[in-house]
Amino acid sequence: MTLQSLTKDWEPMAYGFLDGSAKREIRRKMLKAISVPGCQMPYASREVPMARGWGTGGLQVSCTLVTPRTRIKVIDQGADDSVNAASIRKFLASVSGAPVTTDTLQADLIQSRHRIPEERLREDQVLVLQVPNPEPLRSVQPNMSIARQMHADADYGRMWLQLYEQIVRSGRVMQGASYPSLVNGRHVMTPSPIPRWDVPKLHMARHLTLLSAGREKRLHAVPPFTRVEPLVFDDVPYRVEDHAGLTCHRSGARGFFMNEIPQADGTSLHEVSDSDLGVKTIRAAEGEDTRIGATWYVDGEMS
Amino acid sequence: MTAVMDAPRLVTARPLLTAQGLSLNYGDVPALRDVSATVYPGEVLGIVGESGSGKSTFLRCLNLEETPDRGSYTLDLPDVQGNLFDLDRFARRMLCATRIGIVYQNPHLGLLMRHSSSGNVAERLLIAGERRFGVLRHKARGALDASEFPLARMDAPPEELSGGMQQRVQLAKAIALEPALLLLDEPTTGLDVSVQALVLDTLKRLQQDRRITMVIVSHDLGVIRTLADRVMVMRRGEVVEAGLADQVFQDPQHAYTQQLVHAKL
Ligand SMILES: Nc1ncnc2c1ncn2[C@@H]1O[C@H](COP(=O)(O)OP(=O)(O)OP(=O)(O)O)[C@@H](O)[C@H]1O
Ligand SMILES: [Mg+2]
Repeated sequence: MTLQSLTKDWEPMAYGFLDGSAKREIRRKMLKAISVPGCQMPYASREVPMARGWGTGGLQVSCTLVTPRTRIKVIDQGADDSVNAASIRKFLASVSGAPVTTDTLQADLIQSRHRIPEERLREDQVLVLQVPNPEPLRSVQPNMSIARQMHADADYGRMWLQLYEQIVRSGRVMQGASYPSLVNGRHVMTPSPIPRWDVPKLHMARHLTLLSAGREKRLHAVPPFTRVEPLVFDDVPYRVEDHAGLTCHRSGARGFFMNEIPQADGTSLHEVSDSDLGVKTIRAAEGEDTRIGATWYVDGEMS
Repeated sequence: MTAVMDAPRLVTARPLLTAQGLSLNYGDVPALRDVSATVYPGEVLGIVGESGSGKSTFLRCLNLEETPDRGSYTLDLPDVQGNLFDLDRFARRMLCATRIGIVYQNPHLGLLMRHSSSGNVAERLLIAGERRFGVLRHKARGALDASEFPLARMDAPPEELSGGMQQRVQLAKAIALEPALLLLDEPTTGLDVSVQALVLDTLKRLQQDRRITMVIVSHDLGVIRTLADRVMVMRRGEVVEAGLADQVFQDPQHAYTQQLVHAKL
């Protein structure tokens, strides 16, 4: 027996980039976060070769979850091909040897910034959302220690007051992205800056969602089949963005969340924000053999 | 003046509020020394005393913002038991939000200056779990109206309002949930005499219409004389004299009270 046979070969870095103790830390905090849905868990956020604020929180979770057989998809504002998404995807693949995909249906692990794919996620899929600011109370309580007490006491009066004020001043709720939502009837969370369009997708979803903020060093989770209810008054219904009637000028897809593309003549065109869905819709129209999964929204209505 | 005689409340009723032996030191400063008080349902207790005598500190204790070093405090209400100072943070907050209203000397302590006035009132209702926007509006308007606040300005932020109007917003907030106990800390200090009289009028009317139990602090004997059934005179953290308002003002026993009453006259 030689020392060589008892030890692993030398590697330039740990599997998945993070060392064992960093991954253990994140695993433990993910388990805690899943146990108390919507409750923010502080964690020891490590350095990754990317600047804070560019998705380091999501990246650490992905690095921890990835295995050589995990199929990875990374999107930024719905697009697989943005520079940031492409770099993160490449990085994850190179540190884990995992296969990558742009197809939502084929992905096991989806890391995303600002969007949830339009095709329904399944119970075998995990969604990792990058979170810039995990604290929904920040706008009403800048003192983080007091904010934590408020979460402990479920003291969300100020959150509601903020909505009241918006309706009084503007006639409607102005909050666009990061719409505060009550998870499992107990903790108010910020669902990361996804549009209002995407929040209902989290409610009683089949998949696990992990939301991680690298700079703020906190993560929270929405486990499968958990209630996620946007804060709304009983008599002022929740409204998603008015995209139901818009048509994508490239793919013809209709009834999904769109990006607006201003034109020189002052009008604007729209393009489906979930780029994979757009690509698949075009392929299907051209007669290629493509599968488009069931979508959360059908004809612009949440189903 | 109405000549209707009430049943002798002090004889028949059990006190709503009982505070016993409250003592509180801020470092070396004894802010409260063995202060006890009882207040009966529907009664108004006035507290007078010089600056620094511990009046505000006592009210803060009654509002459960401050815990004295010694002493007990009970409220005779359904589902409220034991010494309230033993309650945890959560129970205290719920009790204060739903059963106790307070008007602070300094409106900045009691109001969110940049939110709307109606929002300040609505916050109370939101804490108590109201989730219908229409009902929030309706009840906020009702409470502001009862405080005789000009409703045309109900959505203006307190920072844009006069001192008298700010006190009315505080008052509306305090009575929005029909509290069992209303605490008033110098509600008219800093207002000019005519506005002072108007706010006093409102308080008097509220007291008559709703029979709210009140504890009112003021160093202005006129205010106390107008509103209070009984008076407690404080000096250097101690109660030096207590009794029926008329009795104390007409026949003060303690040298300090005599001084106070004569200075006023
Ligand atoms: N937070 C605090 N920290 C330290 N000392 C305090 C504090 N609050 C009050 N005190 C002291 O406790 C004593 C009682 O103060 P309190 O504010 O209760 O008096 P007051 O009777 O309300 O006076 P005023 O009529 O001027 O409002 C004073 O000596 C004051 O300096
Ligand atoms: Mg005072």
